Amino acid sequence: MAAENMKPEILFWVGCAGSYDARAQRVTKALSTILQNVGIDFAILGTEESCTGDPARRAGNEFIFQMTANQNVQTMNMYGVKKIVTACPHCFNTIKNEYPALGGNYDVVHHTQLISTLMEEGRLTIEGGAYKGKKITYHDSCYLGRVNGEYEAPRKAIEALDGDLTELKRSRANGLCCGAGGAQMFKEDEPGDKRINMERVEEALASGADIVAANCPFCITMISDGITAKEKEDKVMVFDISELIVNANGW
Amino acid sequence: MGIQQIIFLLVVVVTFRIAYKAYAAIYRNINLGKDREIVGSEGARWKNVFLIAFGQKKMFKRWIPAVLHGFIYVAFLFTQIELIEIIVDGLFGTHRIFLPFLGGLYTLIINSIEILTILALVATVAFLARRNLLKVPRLVMNEMNGWPKIDGNLILIGELILIVGVMTMNGADVMLQKIDPTHYHDTGYLAISSSLAPLFLDGWGQDALQVLERFGWWLHLSAVVGFILYLPLSKHLHIFLAFFNVYFTPIKPRGEMSNMPDIMGEVQSMMGITPEGEALEMTDDMPDFGANDVTNLSWKNILGAYSCTECGRCTSVCPANLTGKKLSPRKVMMDIRDRATEIGEKIDSGQTKYISKDNAGETTLTADNFDDGKSLFDYISQEEINACTACNACVEACPIMINPLEPILELRRYEILTNSAGPADWMPMFNAVENSGSVWTIPDARDAWTADIED
Repeated sequence: MAAENMKPEILFWVGCAGSYDARAQRVTKALSTILQNVGIDFAILGTEESCTGDPARRAGNEFIFQMTANQNVQTMNMYGVKKIVTACPHCFNTIKNEYPALGGNYDVVHHTQLISTLMEEGRLTIEGGAYKGKKITYHDSCYLGRVNGEYEAPRKAIEALDGDLTELKRSRANGLCCGAGGAQMFKEDEPGDKRINMERVEEALASGADIVAANCPFCITMISDGITAKEKEDKVMVFDISELIVNANGW
Repeated sequence: MGIQQIIFLLVVVVTFRIAYKAYAAIYRNINLGKDREIVGSEGARWKNVFLIAFGQKKMFKRWIPAVLHGFIYVAFLFTQIELIEIIVDGLFGTHRIFLPFLGGLYTLIINSIEILTILALVATVAFLARRNLLKVPRLVMNEMNGWPKIDGNLILIGELILIVGVMTMNGADVMLQKIDPTHYHDTGYLAISSSLAPLFLDGWGQDALQVLERFGWWLHLSAVVGFILYLPLSKHLHIFLAFFNVYFTPIKPRGEMSNMPDIMGEVQSMMGITPEGEALEMTDDMPDFGANDVTNLSWKNILGAYSCTECGRCTSVCPANLTGKKLSPRKVMMDIRDRATEIGEKIDSGQTKYISKDNAGETTLTADNFDDGKSLFDYISQEEINACTACNACVEACPIMINPLEPILELRRYEILTNSAGPADWMPMFNAVENSGSVWTIPDARDAWTADIED
């Protein structure tokens, strides 16, 4: 599957979480399953992919960002990459908005956007009613939603599942961060009253949802941790939208 | 020339003399910042000025304050017509000079002003209540103690004085129109004055009414003069700077952090992408990266700081602040303004003790050789900036497009790149990205997950 001498339709940018984090790997596999079932010819960079540099840059370390980002741009330009899909909104934002300044110009979509497009084109359909009657709420990630203005694509995908989409109190442009962004994922919190993920989880639990749908590996970690801390992991599940689709279709 | 005209002229000249100095100092303070190009087409930025500044589009994320603020804002805009008349009348000793020219339109304008003035009165009282009785959380937080609280109330009291001036002036005028129509021309029926003035002023003699009319007129003028002189000391400066701040807000993707061309050049030359010679020299004289003071922030950040009216919408949606961390985006902007003002005042003092050691031979203090041994980090702690999740909620919340995230990230850049400080927890992440191309150091290959799905 490495990109040697192949000219696939699309490059699947897996990202660090998607590659290494056990929970996020399941999302990576779910998205691969969808692409394979739809019949999209995709490639990954495999060991030639490197962190996009988002957390390093937002932590303030421009040197590390430039090293890893320029490396990636070199690699992708060498392979003539044109179109990219990624299941991480931070990778999505950095490649889309920050790589052009480094000479990396690609057509980048977030996986929820690709899924929504495939549904519109009729290439991806949802079979069966696995989520009928289930209350699903959706957590807008900051970097897909507020930062890049994509609120509809993930909601369209969820609505296709036939579940009952319940909005959180703070949603869309007013969505509350899960607490992982700006490289917070990699450090302890500053002193305060509570953790940000707990604030968000309390809101999700108040919505009465059975499932929290997300679009970001870091949000999934933060929200799952919060739900576990509230001892509600048996009642409320956290899934990426791609996982919901794979499950609904029994793939 | 009448005595009133002479006093008026004196007031105007003295006001402009003092105001010029104060506003020039703010212009200078904004320009303490680094010269940064504002990207984005004129057209797109003018569109923002019309929709977001004039049209107050982003205010309407919260209906109640938007409507109340809208009353005061529209009343303010309309009252400018009356203010122009006051200036002309004051200079030439005329009375309601626009009335003969505008006729029925004049009646319509003054009626609009009267109705808006009453709506503004309602809003002003509501705003005083929100600050002092209802204690809306974002208006009474820690950073609002002391001067910011007094400032907020002073502005509202100033508005009350202005409203009293306008209504007294019109009310007395309406009564005088009945007694002395040759001097006090008929303005037509005025919605508020014509119905309310008789209740209070019935039976007043012409002399008393004339004094009252003059009192109202001079009170109105005094309130305007007061505002002009007070604004440079106050958050209320937003009534002018909001328009500039929106106009100068770059049109670019929200998620794009500013590139650092020096570092990009260095890294690209190390990687052999660009020729060696063009790269940055790695010596002891390395430039400071990021910002530790307002002088190495963009001038646009300082403009934003002076435009901020401390409404706290940013802080009220900040996830760090909501969960009890010290970070408050509003405080960051207030600190930037206070530091810029401090530097400006010290430069104006001309004291040579503020000339930096590197420029010890120089005798005149300027912005270029200034060093008072302090920095923005004396105002904003590392604990504050480190708590930011870069979620952009503050950027989204600001009704006038101030960006508190940008200076926070510039301070982080200084902390990491120039001070080599920052949270110890981040070091393993930096090392992992540098050495293994991943945010975690994990021995497995990056594509190990493919083992069980290989097609």
